Amino acid sequence: MSMLQVQGLKVAYGGIQAVKGIDFEVAAGEVVCLIGANGAGKSTTLKALARMVPAQGSVRYDGHDILHLPPHALVGRGLALVPEGRGVFGRLTVAENLRMGAYTRRDTPEIARDLESVFELLPRLRERQRQTAGTLSGGEQQMLAIGRALMGRPRLLLLDEPSMGLAPIMVQKVFEVIRSVSQQGMTILLVEQNARLALAIASRGYVMESGTITLTDAAATLLDDPRVREAYLGGE
Amino acid sequence: MDIFLQQIINGLTLGAVYAIVALGYTMVYGIIQLINFAHGEVVMIGAMTALTVIAGLAGSGVPPLVIVLAGVLAAVPVCMAVGYGLERVAYRPLRHAPRLSPLITAIGMSIVLQHVAMMVWSRNFLAFPQIFPNPVFFVGGAAITGVQITIIVLSLLIMGALTAVVFRTRLGTAMRATAENPEVARLMGIDCDRVIALTFIIGAGLAAVAGVMVGSYYGIAHYTMGFVLGLKAFSAAVLGGIGNIAGAMLGGFLLGLVEALGAGYIGDLTNLCHLPWQPDLVAARCAADGHLVLFGSNYQDVFAFLVLIGVLMFRPEGLLGERVGQRA
Ligand SMILES: Nc1ncnc2c1ncn2[C@@H]1O[C@H](COP(=O)(O)OP(=O)(O)OP(=O)(O)O)[C@@H](O)[C@H]1O
Ligand SMILES: [Mg+2]
Repeated sequence: MSMLQVQGLKVAYGGIQAVKGIDFEVAAGEVVCLIGANGAGKSTTLKALARMVPAQGSVRYDGHDILHLPPHALVGRGLALVPEGRGVFGRLTVAENLRMGAYTRRDTPEIARDLESVFELLPRLRERQRQTAGTLSGGEQQMLAIGRALMGRPRLLLLDEPSMGLAPIMVQKVFEVIRSVSQQGMTILLVEQNARLALAIASRGYVMESGTITLTDAAATLLDDPRVREAYLGGE
Repeated sequence: MDIFLQQIINGLTLGAVYAIVALGYTMVYGIIQLINFAHGEVVMIGAMTALTVIAGLAGSGVPPLVIVLAGVLAAVPVCMAVGYGLERVAYRPLRHAPRLSPLITAIGMSIVLQHVAMMVWSRNFLAFPQIFPNPVFFVGGAAITGVQITIIVLSLLIMGALTAVVFRTRLGTAMRATAENPEVARLMGIDCDRVIALTFIIGAGLAAVAGVMVGSYYGIAHYTMGFVLGLKAFSAAVLGGIGNIAGAMLGGFLLGLVEALGAGYIGDLTNLCHLPWQPDLVAARCAADGHLVLFGSNYQDVFAFLVLIGVLMFRPEGLLGERVGQRA
């Protein structure tokens, strides 16, 4: 059974239907990507899963419907979202940001161990732990946002455009981190405009267009699909 | 007597109270950008509750220290309940309303609380029972009373404790995270409504202590006493930079000092007999009385608001504030 199973998900902002009844699923251990153009409804979909916007339909996570839960109840169930634009707390220190990632946890010794492994994965954060997050570079902030989500010990990680606004070299580094997190067994749903990178890391992909899913297949197949190449890979 | 030193002592005492009250304004503002205009009334309710308990126990043979402690221990939970009630009933339903709605509601709640207090405690001035001898100490030509020392020391301890909570604990970090970005704070599993309610409760607890302080300092309590005190503490918070904890403390003490020094010297400064050239009418009055003062120390309240206007005109972000808020 899938870890995440979404059926007929709909989200509207006022009168505007941003997500128009989509179905998709993510199995445990998988990296699945959701690609699409600006305004397709990718972020809205992730926000609906994280209960940040009201939604209709059915979202089953670990077999339970989570659409009635308050947003702050999700991280305790192992569902973490790294939001678009990173959303680090700029006035808090790096260490405080990471500790907020573990806010719902009480297992202090385990938290210390996880902090250590986050620092191992993202050594820059260790050097900067006393610095306020607002002073970090964009790439470092993205690393912090990922590290902070990992501190909640998620089983399903939702990533919204981790490459946004980053220099190509930094994008490479961020994707290396995502790859290594996935290799440790994390289930990931990745939203990206950078379709090439996303499809390279994912096993399956969904293509979203104006609030609906228009295409889905194995990532390798999508990479070769003429429609995807035309629309999202610069038509090579 | 050394007027300057004396006014410094008085200013520090007043400032300590302003700082404690200003913290309540600034913490709430920091987390939900609301000016809780009813906060001054919470201070008043603290003073009234403590007065009731202290008056009730006075002369019962209970040791005075225990009586005062009982007064404080009654005022704190009562005020916390009022603060929580305000948040729950008046502000939370308006969390997503336009910013003007909660602001006007806050003014409304201030009026409601005043009138409830009037019904409970009457419209008379109530004397704070003097159950303690209030010792007076003399330092360098100025007097400082036991009550003043207690107010200053206690407020410093409270400020230290609050700073530790906000900057060193999990709850405090969650408060700062919520203040900065509630949406993301929720993603961390922080129940923002709960954190906001706790912020109100902490602010109201501080207000209760401040209420007991002013009550015992002036020896008097009245159902309208929270209004001007609240406005002054709000001015102190704005002076320090609203939303900024250290700013509220600094602003409180500065405002207290400005006010005390202003009150101490305004009579001298506006004494027309000091003018080098005096119109006949003034000269005649000076010859008769020896002084002709334009503004007496009863103008003391003016200083806080002059400071507020000055800050809003020249440094709207306050002394320690970072950004200029263009919000309502
Ligand atoms: N808070 C909001 N209020 C109203 N409309 C919104 C809101 N957020 C998003 N929308 C609209 O919903 C649609 C989907 O937006 P969404 O942010 O989900 O797109 P996206 O696929 O993430 O795009 P991008 O790649 O630019 O991040 C867009 O038309 C957008 O204008
Ligand atoms: Mg988006």
